[in-house]
Amino acid sequence: MDAILLQILNGLDKGSAYALIALGLTLIFGTLGVVNFAHGALFMIGAFCAVTLNRLLSLSFTTIDPERTDFLGNPLKVETPYVETWFGPETGAAIIDWSVPLAILFSIPIMALVGLFMERGLIKYFYKRPHADQILVTFGLAIVLQEIIKYFYGANPIPTPAPDAFSGSFDFGVLLGLDPNLIIYPYWRIVYFLFAAGIISAVFAFLQFTTFGMVVRAGMADRQTVGLLGINIDKRFTFMFALAAVVAGLAGVMYAPINSPNYHMGMDFLVLSFVVVVVGGMGSLPGAVLAGFLLGILESFASMAQVVALLPGINQIIIYLVAIVILLTRPRGLMGRKGVMES
Amino acid sequence: MSFIRKPLNRRSILRAGALGGAALATPTIFTSRAWSAGYLNEPTGSTVTLGFNVPQTGPYADEGADELRAYQLAVEHLNGEGDGGMLSTFSSKALKGNGILGKKVEFVTGDTQTKSDAARASAKSMIEKDGAIMITGGSSSGVAVAVQALCQEAGVIFMAGLTHSNDTTGKDKRANGFRHFFNSYMSGAALAPVLKNAYGADRKAYHLTADYNWGYTTEQAVKESTEALGWETVETVKTPLAATDFSAYITPVLQSDADVLVLNHYGGNMVNSLTNAVQFGLRDKLVNGKNFEIIVPLYSRLMAKGAGANVKGIFGSTNWHWSLQDEGSKAFVKSFGQKYGFPPSQAAHTTYVQAILYADACERAGTFNPCGVVEALEGFEFDGLGNGKTLYRAEDHQCFKDVLVVKGKENPTSEFDLLEIVEVTPVEQVTYAPDHPQFAGGALGTCNPGA
Repeated sequence: MDAILLQILNGLDKGSAYALIALGLTLIFGTLGVVNFAHGALFMIGAFCAVTLNRLLSLSFTTIDPERTDFLGNPLKVETPYVETWFGPETGAAIIDWSVPLAILFSIPIMALVGLFMERGLIKYFYKRPHADQILVTFGLAIVLQEIIKYFYGANPIPTPAPDAFSGSFDFGVLLGLDPNLIIYPYWRIVYFLFAAGIISAVFAFLQFTTFGMVVRAGMADRQTVGLLGINIDKRFTFMFALAAVVAGLAGVMYAPINSPNYHMGMDFLVLSFVVVVVGGMGSLPGAVLAGFLLGILESFASMAQVVALLPGINQIIIYLVAIVILLTRPRGLMGRKGVMES
Repeated sequence: MSFIRKPLNRRSILRAGALGGAALATPTIFTSRAWSAGYLNEPTGSTVTLGFNVPQTGPYADEGADELRAYQLAVEHLNGEGDGGMLSTFSSKALKGNGILGKKVEFVTGDTQTKSDAARASAKSMIEKDGAIMITGGSSSGVAVAVQALCQEAGVIFMAGLTHSNDTTGKDKRANGFRHFFNSYMSGAALAPVLKNAYGADRKAYHLTADYNWGYTTEQAVKESTEALGWETVETVKTPLAATDFSAYITPVLQSDADVLVLNHYGGNMVNSLTNAVQFGLRDKLVNGKNFEIIVPLYSRLMAKGAGANVKGIFGSTNWHWSLQDEGSKAFVKSFGQKYGFPPSQAAHTTYVQAILYADACERAGTFNPCGVVEALEGFEFDGLGNGKTLYRAEDHQCFKDVLVVKGKENPTSEFDLLEIVEVTPVEQVTYAPDHPQFAGGALGTCNPGA
């Protein structure tokens, strides 16, 4: 029982990341009809926004400590962050400590700009091209973006810890009346799940309850008719691309403390997120979210030692297996709409 | 033009026979040009080309960059430039700083991408197109085994870079291949006594193991070494190499009876699994009345940097560390530090040493012929290259030397000062018989000069 509960919890945070990326992918596909293979790279850029802000806040000036020596025997250079001199050592250290939550604000304009540049600068030229062309160009773009990141940040993962206040784990076991330490779950992963739930709700509310969202939904359903009504739907769709980029970026920012960011992390999520979109149903936003959590939890269960002992290798293929079963039984995915990608 | 043939008589036949017999009877060791017969990529001009095959792209690109820095430094020192580094502390004095056998050392580089097929392709290209006489480098056992086999087939020497799997000098050993780096068995043998002292003999270990060759040999080595000292292995679980989030593998550990987690992971796998384990509070846990502990059998500074503060207090082993205070290590750290501004990694050290050892072997053999080099390296004992007295064992082409047991430092003074040496395990403790079961199978075969 406790093992099952733990794997559900595990699946939730991974599912949160899948759901956020798949939500952005579906937004772009639903509005612009583009299969964006560079979406994983946006998630990675988001994580590197957190790294960058941490580095900016840690910018230091150097003083020489004659008492101590470095590895070559020269007087040791001591780095002191500027924020610690401006705001005092304690406040300065606290600002650096909270760099990941602060990076949420830092990343929104950056990701929106990256999204705008991507859409206006490259992807708009591929709207009328076949999906295969779109996949090739966006996949190429993803490789370019990750190589740029690697050039500036190196290939090694960069530790980006969560604030000290969120270190440690919450004991669900005690809450449920079980033995202590039986079901523990890191605080930051709880934060990640709640954050993802908040972002998903906000995107849905925006599409559901604003005029802008209503027009976008109408455009997703019938782009031509909305255009004939005199509405410039393209502008709104460009905005949606930027919004999708921001959602992926925020998913990346908050993921940075869970796994140290590296230039390749986007690719690790991208393929799985596409499976999530297909399982959820192409163009279906609730389907993307549902499939994200479902596959995240299933992946966690498949990694259990007992399951792997019974079915060796199942942990590596479970997602694809589920995708095959769902597509065989429900060819449009869990919540797919008729007509999407069927012409 | 006329040819005058001398008549064949009894005297001339006897003289020719005696000379021929004497030549055949002379041990080849006395003839410095014994190996001067044709061989692949024999240098004919005033230069000799070495091939540095390192990961320049992919997840180990940073480690590859450090290897390349070390190789460039070695080339400088071999050609008599710079401060000479470890040439001044090396016990063999065959190298004179005038290249190798009087030929200036040049190099070409290849990108292994940490993929066996890409590594073989780049090595092949360096051998066939650039005329490389020796291939060296790499940051993965899969790559090392693949390139070593290629070099054997082609007929050039392979001086392995960072490769830790037992198989490189075990079942996949080759006559043309040599490894200076230590291996999984040595990690287990060095770590086990330290772990027993630190955590006691009554421990229950849970292994998470990367699902590939290196993971298997490391798991086996650590498992056998710790079990021999009284530990019990509760569970061994393979994790996919492509895994990034290990939470699904960490949580079952919480529910097992284990009080030690052994992470047989390297690179990004290790960074992520260790980070996840610490996030899940494993290190704050009390099991069976004991503190829960985590162990990382193979450490590298670059990995420790990726895992950040999570490595504090965690035991592991390493081939070399820049804080060693022997003359060789100090000379290398000074030379590398002055050129690049930071201390070298263990990957840089082992590749630098391999380049120097190859050059020295050529000088001592008096030839670049791979068979001469093999003969010069087999059973070669040396000192002054940072690991104390070292033997290149003839039976398997594995270096035998002291092994370092390290621990994540509690209060690092810089981003390079992440590990502290806990113990220098003497070579006797990590030496094993050539036919040890963990190294069973395979045969060196004979050297291949390629022509």
